[in-house]
Amino acid sequence: MKKFVFLSVLLTLTIALSACSGDKADDSSRSDESSITIGIPQDIEDSLDPHAAVAAGTEEILFNIFEGLVKPDSDGNLVPAVASDYKIEDEGKTYTFYLREGVKFHDGTPVTVEDIKYSIERCADTSGEGTLLVSAFSNIESVEIVDEKTVSIRLMNADTDFLSELTSAVIPAWNEDPAGNPIGTGPYRYVSRVVQDSIQLEKFEDYWGTPANITNITLKVIADSDMIVTNLKSGAIDMFCRISTDQANELAGTEFDVYEGTMNLVQAMYLNNAFEPFADVRVRQALCYAVDAQAILDLAFDGKGTVIGSSMFPAFGKYYMPELSNAYPRDVEKAKALLAEAGYADGLSFTITVPSNYQQHVDTAQIIVEQLKEVNVNASINLVEWETWVNDAYVGRQFEATVVGVDASTLSARALLERFNSDNSKNFINFNSAAYDEAYQAALASTDDAEQSAYYKTCEQVLSDEAANVYIQDMASLVALNNRYGGYVFYPMYVQDFAKLYVRE
Amino acid sequence: MRYAGKKLISVLATLLIVSFLVFLAFAVIPGDAAVSKLGTQATPERIAALRAEMGLDRPFFVRYGNWLLSALKGDFGKSYSYGESVSALIGQKLPITLALSVLSFLIMIVCAIPLGIYTAKHEGGALDRIIMVVNQVVMAVPPFFSGIMITYVFGLLLKWFQPGSFVSYTVNLGRFLHYLLFPAVAIALPKIAMTVKLLRSSLIQEAKKDYVRTAYSKGNRTNGVLYRHVLKNAMIPVITFLAMTFTDMIAGSVIMEQVFSVAGIGRLLISSISSRDYPVVEAVIVLLALIVVLVNLAADVLCRALDPRIRH
Repeated sequence: MKKFVFLSVLLTLTIALSACSGDKADDSSRSDESSITIGIPQDIEDSLDPHAAVAAGTEEILFNIFEGLVKPDSDGNLVPAVASDYKIEDEGKTYTFYLREGVKFHDGTPVTVEDIKYSIERCADTSGEGTLLVSAFSNIESVEIVDEKTVSIRLMNADTDFLSELTSAVIPAWNEDPAGNPIGTGPYRYVSRVVQDSIQLEKFEDYWGTPANITNITLKVIADSDMIVTNLKSGAIDMFCRISTDQANELAGTEFDVYEGTMNLVQAMYLNNAFEPFADVRVRQALCYAVDAQAILDLAFDGKGTVIGSSMFPAFGKYYMPELSNAYPRDVEKAKALLAEAGYADGLSFTITVPSNYQQHVDTAQIIVEQLKEVNVNASINLVEWETWVNDAYVGRQFEATVVGVDASTLSARALLERFNSDNSKNFINFNSAAYDEAYQAALASTDDAEQSAYYKTCEQVLSDEAANVYIQDMASLVALNNRYGGYVFYPMYVQDFAKLYVRE
Repeated sequence: MRYAGKKLISVLATLLIVSFLVFLAFAVIPGDAAVSKLGTQATPERIAALRAEMGLDRPFFVRYGNWLLSALKGDFGKSYSYGESVSALIGQKLPITLALSVLSFLIMIVCAIPLGIYTAKHEGGALDRIIMVVNQVVMAVPPFFSGIMITYVFGLLLKWFQPGSFVSYTVNLGRFLHYLLFPAVAIALPKIAMTVKLLRSSLIQEAKKDYVRTAYSKGNRTNGVLYRHVLKNAMIPVITFLAMTFTDMIAGSVIMEQVFSVAGIGRLLISSISSRDYPVVEAVIVLLALIVVLVNLAADVLCRALDPRIRH
């Protein structure tokens, strides 16, 4: 026994000693200035293949590795990327793209028009053997190679909004394993990953545009949100996006700058319009009158965020209607009267399903429950795992109300408004309005920009008038960045642009 | 020999039952790998297509049968989330979690056994009383809380380590072990307290037995009696307890990996459960069950060696 104890002590000591040498190695790697470690809340679990990736958390990272024919800039414009120029003809039926001179993939091979054709057809499933990966691509009639610098896409129906879909990544046609060996044209190239631990990116030296500033990026998975501040303070990570207001307050007075932008999400209590009480527009309106969005912001979000009144957020300036945010000012009496009119004078009970991994939605739901008590509405919260929410509430549409945030996958009003068409497969709230469908179809058919915007605004107005959902806010997005670095920019979409980050002198 | 045969059958039966239960659980909980992979891009058509691609559209028993057959051949399939083979993933992660568990186990033994013997020997003494009070407090603190305290005190205040900067043993073995020392202490703390308490009371009880009085009457000294006779007998409940503790520590590692951002088997398990990546979950749970069974078996064998009476 004594011998065993002695051995154990020896072993522990050895480890403790090796610790000291470990510390020094650590210090030297820290002084390498052209690297940054960025914390991410979850590993990439859907796919590194940009066409198969679906999670917002994945897409915001892949934004740095892959590019489409065009890409969004931080002002919300579409700028040419792999294509240097484009032409829209036949009132939006033919899109012609001119391949940019000298665009290379990460392995050094030049991008060809065949790669472009392959990438589009792969997502459009023109062969019919795979799956349609970009729903708007179902409108593609054919993709033709005109010459070795020109590709032309013909649509079945004219669509002037189609350009925003062409941010879809261009990948090499010859890559047989796009998920295991992701190759794109973006400012960073993928190097390696350790599952559930980290992902390594490296600056792509042959990038066609403004090159990235920082050479090496480590994306470190921080699965426990309680450890974010600790890991920032310890120096293990230099940056973390979308921290909470509490976390931002904890970082006050440290070497971290907190940048404030918008999350570009429509946070709302989404109402299943097929659930009996909510089928009555008066009940939905009563709920809107009963909920005070500004109070939610003040109580749970330190007053940060923007109150919204329809499925559109301020970053989409062209379509955003600020006046709708005040369509239902808090009015307890009016809410009670509407409920009584609808036959719920004695009150109403329903369940709010909330994915438990999103604290900000849980917080919002809790305040809503309290506010609804004043109008004799008894709501209870049902916390579920994210996968359960997707399966039951989103795909199965088995819910009464739910608090979540809905984002836009492209730079187009369509990304937010398409789902409320009565027959859309993503219409999880079962919204059904003839006026809406009509306005939306008119917007799609329109080839005039101003006219189209007007139709989209009609759609937003209908969502507000019909009280489709209890709209709350576009949340504030808080980003913590060590003040040794600068250059963080917000986009009107759910993306992170690592290429603009730089090390301060 | 009959003993070995019996044990082997019980091990295999345990693993079979565990693997079936995990499969069953995945059939019952909402969502599957296809839904999880598609997230909010999920449409009934895309889910159906992906399910077919993953083979999730086949009946439950066909899937379980297929899984079992290839598992017997040593093929645990490919992860849905990462596209890597499950064996390779586990091969990467298992050494990390085992290192963490073994490290905390060693820390526990090194601290608990001398303390247990000391407090039993000096029962009622001032130091014994102090240790027992501290013991009670440490036992009551949940490991994740002590984990957070350790990151704060040793990580942020004293800067003995950098919370969140875990590196794998493949990159730097020294830094790897250094980093793991802190979660290992967090896991070991409550177990040390429990072991001290158990060993102390076991020793005190044993010391009151007749054979001890006989040993003294033969002219033995306190230490001689304690180490040669009492400790040996008092160890038997402790060894059974230690076996349970070791398996408990593996479970503890799963929580600590989350707090200390250590990418071990626990993190893999938790993320795979939420993404419904059942090939990974199946393999990890069967493996953990195997470890639990083996450790208990080892304890059993050890007890039989220490006390011949158990053999009959």
